[in-house]
Amino acid sequence: MKNRKFLLFGIILSISLFLVACGTASEENTEEENNAGTEESGNTTSGTEETSTDYQVGMVTDEGGVDDKSFNQSAWEGIKAWGEENGLAKGEGFDYAQSDETADYMPNITRFVRDDYDLVYGVGFKLKKDIQKAADQFANTNFAIVDDVVDAPNAASITFKEHQGSFLVGVAAALKTTTEKVGFVGGINSPLIKKFESGFTAGVKSINPDIEVDVQYAESFTDPAKGKLIATNMYDSGVDVIYHSSGGTGNGVFNQAKDIKQNEPERAIWVIGVDRDQYEEGQIGEHNVTLTSMVKRVDVAVQDVINRGMNGEFPEGEQLEYGLEENGIRVATTNEEAMTEEIISTVKDWEEEILNGEVEVPQTIEELEAYVDSL
Amino acid sequence: MTTNNKMFGILVPVISVLLGLIVGAIIMLSSGHNPIKGYVALWNGAFGDMYTLGETVRRTTPLILTGLAVAFAFKTGLFNIGAEGQVIVGWLAAVWIGLVVDAPMIIHLPLAIFTGALAGGLWGFLPGLLKAKLGVHEVIVTIMMNYIALYTTNEIIRSVLTDQKTTSEAISATASLASAWLQSLTFYSRVHYGIFIALFAAFIMWFIIQRTTYGYELKAVGFNQHASNYSGMNVSKNITLSMVLAGVFAGLAGAMEGLGTYGSISVMSGFTNLGFDGIAVALLGSNHAFGVVLAALLFGALKEGAGEMPTSAGVPTELVDIIIALIIFFVASSYMIRWAILRFKKEEN
Repeated sequence: MKNRKFLLFGIILSISLFLVACGTASEENTEEENNAGTEESGNTTSGTEETSTDYQVGMVTDEGGVDDKSFNQSAWEGIKAWGEENGLAKGEGFDYAQSDETADYMPNITRFVRDDYDLVYGVGFKLKKDIQKAADQFANTNFAIVDDVVDAPNAASITFKEHQGSFLVGVAAALKTTTEKVGFVGGINSPLIKKFESGFTAGVKSINPDIEVDVQYAESFTDPAKGKLIATNMYDSGVDVIYHSSGGTGNGVFNQAKDIKQNEPERAIWVIGVDRDQYEEGQIGEHNVTLTSMVKRVDVAVQDVINRGMNGEFPEGEQLEYGLEENGIRVATTNEEAMTEEIISTVKDWEEEILNGEVEVPQTIEELEAYVDSL
Repeated sequence: MTTNNKMFGILVPVISVLLGLIVGAIIMLSSGHNPIKGYVALWNGAFGDMYTLGETVRRTTPLILTGLAVAFAFKTGLFNIGAEGQVIVGWLAAVWIGLVVDAPMIIHLPLAIFTGALAGGLWGFLPGLLKAKLGVHEVIVTIMMNYIALYTTNEIIRSVLTDQKTTSEAISATASLASAWLQSLTFYSRVHYGIFIALFAAFIMWFIIQRTTYGYELKAVGFNQHASNYSGMNVSKNITLSMVLAGVFAGLAGAMEGLGTYGSISVMSGFTNLGFDGIAVALLGSNHAFGVVLAALLFGALKEGAGEMPTSAGVPTELVDIIIALIIFFVASSYMIRWAILRFKKEEN
């Protein structure tokens, strides 16, 4: 009986101790932090023109997060590489803020602005509205958005010619399929992903107009379970190559392909990765289901813009488009077994034609229809 | 006994939150992070300056309303899991009116808010009616209604509000709750007038439940349907009414997001979680109107402050999620705490 009372007393005591400790510490710390903050901001404002390493870069992810094995991760790798080149560490010079929901975008962006970052990246078209708003509000900070276009004198827009890369992997898919059926798994049904879809379908039809392209949207970039479900249906219906452009959702597509491969090693099942070279994602035992990947060099583009900003040549209000020509788009050939010489050389031929302007790759469904009709 | 109950109502949530924070601190310690630094970051992230304060209030606004939506239905013994769907349709309806109607602010804004509330009410009416007339369990129906709301709304945004785009145009200024005055006070945070509507709604709920015959009947039905029926109350009317009013609160939450925070509506890849958080808010607030306001403020502050923890204290985002989840866990297990306190008391006597 006494023990119990003592225990209760003990708990209350420890709670109050904890609270007291917490309370005083917080006051001191905030003061310190405030001081540090003012000093720092004083330094940066006076020092930006003198040394380049004062340049601070922040990046706000969309819901995918920096480990989405897709464009968020790629952008972060670009920023990290830049930081390492300049001897900076995460939290000092560059940092990222993860958004768990749409409501987080704006506070995350504003946090970087208030911490005196020079350049704030919004990664993904979902941040367009918030980057636009922030750029209008905070004229002294530079902003950049990946995958969409904003219109402000202090913001740059980074887009990619994904339709070009998608066209080329479409060519590869058409050459690889034996069932005459290929699949496309999109993230959210949106103009950007339609660009992937149009390019891919055009590429497939360019090789053989009779190949069927099964197009499905998962309505999410973060739902692997949905991706797996769609992939299951597609593979069951005879599709043997799936091109996914669905961020984290695509991990489900890879999982399903690997499951099938494990149960039936003889069956030819392929996935085409997106944004990064997803070769590692396709490894199962001795096999690899990743045929190729439509590599979008978000890291290259991100670093390019940082370097320009650091040298005082920030592409203000510009819309930068990275394509095959600018080395912003590439088709991965890591899986040497799957990507045969023949496929690679055909892909190269088409690449030449795109670069020469002989082929105008469609970017929308309307353009795609016109393109297919002209074949 | 009543004073005891009241004290309990306050003590249990407070202890739950403290326990959550303590266990969170232990987890931070064991993974090599400084918990004091972490919580300081949490505090600064929520109340550190005017901007975060504004954002905290902004985040609290819809949570108050969804908390009320769950708490209100609970008073009649109904478990409203459907706040989520009611938020979404309320959001859609409010933005829709904000986009297509052209009227002076004094008509436009109330009309948009009212339509949002009405849409939410309708979304609550169906499960309420099914429950009252056919005895279909409201939990199942409301969960299904959530999905219907989510996917229908996405399709409407794509094919009706826009031409295959993912975000609607911004609503006209006459329907906007955004306030230049509040924003200038708070370094461009997205705080808007909705907070006053939310607080007023909390007052309305308190008034209906505590001071009107309707409220008395709703509560009576919640305590014992058969006894209420026997004493001449219309049970099925009360059940339906309760769900409709709950839906109205949640619909208002959606209208706040649509007219205040965002000024538009985007295709959602998943639920907003406002409705689900509302369940936790109602639990923590002991289903009492003013308790809900406080609980919503706590949730808003936790969620807002959490964003600061990775950047200024180096606590990874995942750990922050765990700490938030722990607090909710202890809140949900308040029964355990209640039991423990009673146990100690008994021993004392």
